[in-house]
Amino acid sequence: MTPFTFVPVSDVPGALRLAGEGTSFIAGGTNLIDLMKATVLRPTRLVDINRLGLDAIRPTAEGGLRLGALARNAATAWHPLVREHYPLLATAILSGATAQIRNMASSAGNLLQRTRCCYFYDTATPCNKREPGSGCSAIGGLARQHAILGASAHCIATHPSDMCVALAALEATVQVASPRGERTIVFADFHRLPGDRPDLDTTLAHDELIVALTLPPADEFRAHSVYLKLRERLSYAFALVSVAAALDLDDGTIRAARLALGSVAHKPWRDPEAEALLVGQPPTEASFARAADALLQGAVPQGEGEGSNAFKIPLAGRAIVRALALASAGTVTNHAEDAP
Amino acid sequence: MGSSPPTVRIAVVVNGKPATVVADVRRTLLDLLREDLLLTGTKKGCDHGQCGACTVLIGGVRVLSCLTLAVMHDGAEVTTVEGLAQGDQLHPLQQAFMEHDAFQCGYCTPGQLCSAVGLANEGHAKSMDDVRELMSGNLCRCGAYAQIAQAVAQVVLGPGPHASEVARRAWIAGTTVNARMRTPEEPA
Repeated sequence: MTPFTFVPVSDVPGALRLAGEGTSFIAGGTNLIDLMKATVLRPTRLVDINRLGLDAIRPTAEGGLRLGALARNAATAWHPLVREHYPLLATAILSGATAQIRNMASSAGNLLQRTRCCYFYDTATPCNKREPGSGCSAIGGLARQHAILGASAHCIATHPSDMCVALAALEATVQVASPRGERTIVFADFHRLPGDRPDLDTTLAHDELIVALTLPPADEFRAHSVYLKLRERLSYAFALVSVAAALDLDDGTIRAARLALGSVAHKPWRDPEAEALLVGQPPTEASFARAADALLQGAVPQGEGEGSNAFKIPLAGRAIVRALALASAGTVTNHAEDAP
Repeated sequence: MGSSPPTVRIAVVVNGKPATVVADVRRTLLDLLREDLLLTGTKKGCDHGQCGACTVLIGGVRVLSCLTLAVMHDGAEVTTVEGLAQGDQLHPLQQAFMEHDAFQCGYCTPGQLCSAVGLANEGHAKSMDDVRELMSGNLCRCGAYAQIAQAVAQVVLGPGPHASEVARRAWIAGTTVNARMRTPEEPA
């Protein structure tokens, strides 16, 4: 780690006063400390926000749920209101990382975690995300974990989160504070595509601090929600492809659908037009396949031979159909406590 | 509110004993335990958050001591493997690990034990499959997983033997079985 000064803060205004270039806020630290050890990130000042009191999880007046920015992933996944009303979110969180990491990691930190692109981590190789303008080693390199959608000529990294795929499907919003006041960012606008600025993962400004996430009411989906994660081993691995699928079924007809993909792009991948194709349809494989084709429109493989990720395109297509079929039959959770 | 100097004074309570250390602000909790407090039971495996060997309990909650700065835990109560036994009385999980021969080289064992104590405190494991999934953050390169899972299950779920439901269903279906538990009644 390169040297830094460490400043604990006890209130949001105090944190905001220290925000800006060179400063990193630290919450769980599970990704930040790792990246600092590798000198991928070299903040000159760490501002410890763990004592800001932003841990609460509480219902909103609108019938939704507000997750404090510092609510730990484990506290969120096991919260009775999350498990009852947002099984998709609970399941997605529990499919990621490990119990120890979920005990440490915060909601806001999950959103702000960096890509696990191996070239981003390897300071001996060029990376436009790490060192803008140096080039992209993943293009033409080992691309199994890389994007099939929304990539650019400068970066093909993916966002690695499971939690964020569920948050995208549930249309969460992100509340941020800055010296200019508070603002709300809709989830689809929070993460960005790499374009010609892959160094920017999100639309958050340097002097902004996430204070909460808000989930709108989603009870129409809770009986038909599935998070399907496909990976190289059964536990503690990032997804090759993941699917958040939620259906609102009315007597054999789909009234509304949500569909988001993880680990295929620089952000959770959603397309409201693909979801609209499902509305009014029966929950059949044929209608699921049409939605899958629409969501994967424009998919492009990366890499060659052993490094190719071309397999992810058919894998994602089949995973979407499978997740929607499972969701039409009921909600799937990943824990025996939830067994009927 | 001023910036801290490069070294900081950190007060922690480890295994019930208060300790104050002046350390580099970059000190991880793991290095503070091992290098400053000479509690070398907690192991440094990958130093990268991927193996779980450095698992300790902070306020009874299991965390990775390699991925957190000591300075972030000023005032915290930390429990390491050295704090699990009460004198000569082993912790029930330590006893269970011995009964089930849940190790070979032993390097991962302190992390496995602290992780299992955290698992028991959390109270979410209701089946052998839960135990296996919720212990997945602790790697054992000797491959003693079957015995570790039995030892943890004996304490967390009650007297065994415990079978993995996934493996049991696969066994019944005649499909791939790669993790069927040997019960104590069965020959090796």
